[in-house]
Amino acid sequence: MGNLIVFIIIAAFALLGAVGTVTSRNAIYSALFLVLNMAMLAVFYVLLNAPFIAMVQVAVYAGAIMVLFVFAIMLLGAERLPGMLPNRPQVVVALVLGLVILGLLVFSLFTAPLPAGDIEAIDAGPVAVGMTLFERYVLPLEVTSILLLVAMIGVVVFRARTRQRREDA
Amino acid sequence: MPEVTVNWYIALAALLFIIGTMGVLVRRNALIIYMSIELMLNAANLAFVALARHLGDLDGQIFVFFVMTVAAAEVAVGLALIVTIFRTKASINIDTINTMKG
Repeated sequence: MGNLIVFIIIAAFALLGAVGTVTSRNAIYSALFLVLNMAMLAVFYVLLNAPFIAMVQVAVYAGAIMVLFVFAIMLLGAERLPGMLPNRPQVVVALVLGLVILGLLVFSLFTAPLPAGDIEAIDAGPVAVGMTLFERYVLPLEVTSILLLVAMIGVVVFRARTRQRREDA
Repeated sequence: MPEVTVNWYIALAALLFIIGTMGVLVRRNALIIYMSIELMLNAANLAFVALARHLGDLDGQIFVFFVMTVAAAEVAVGLALIVTIFRTKASINIDTINTMKG
């Protein structure tokens, strides 16, 4: 599953991206840190024998979703909104709770042993993924298409209704 | 040098997930909270792919595919909501958005 040094370097960049996303004062910097995190995860997917998912990650997440985010930030001029500073007691409570959850996850990771895995990497190219998707997961795939359609119609109706209400007012 | 096992990847995924949770709990900017949710979804995806590699099974990768689709739909609807809320309230600080009435 990859060289230890490579893993540590990429994991460090992924964590840097994650921490930067959460701590940046400027929303644009947050978005760029999130892109860094997603790009590092795409590298992990390549290392983990998932080239198709890696490409989808770059195209959909780092591409389409982040463009939407940056577009929304620009549209709102929200990169430097005041009053976004967290208040201190909430930060302390969040830190404590986060560490508790992390401890639980790591504890369960080391106490419940995973089933012994295959050492051999299976064929996970686009053809294999497509065959699995259309042979065993046809119904979820169709449901997903309906979900995307509903989301699209929902956004259009939502915006149209808001505009109409503003014209009435 | 120790071999990188699936546990390392799951531990990293747990760390990324916790950082995302912290972002949701601590930040007040709705856009940043959205990005933190994306961070958590990505952490879950990493765990899925690592376990798919560990078990030699494609199903984990298929799940990641579905998670990405749902995330795309969620972002489209959520950002439309945020833009509309900003138009009416001139703020995306979630502490000021505590009523359903626009």
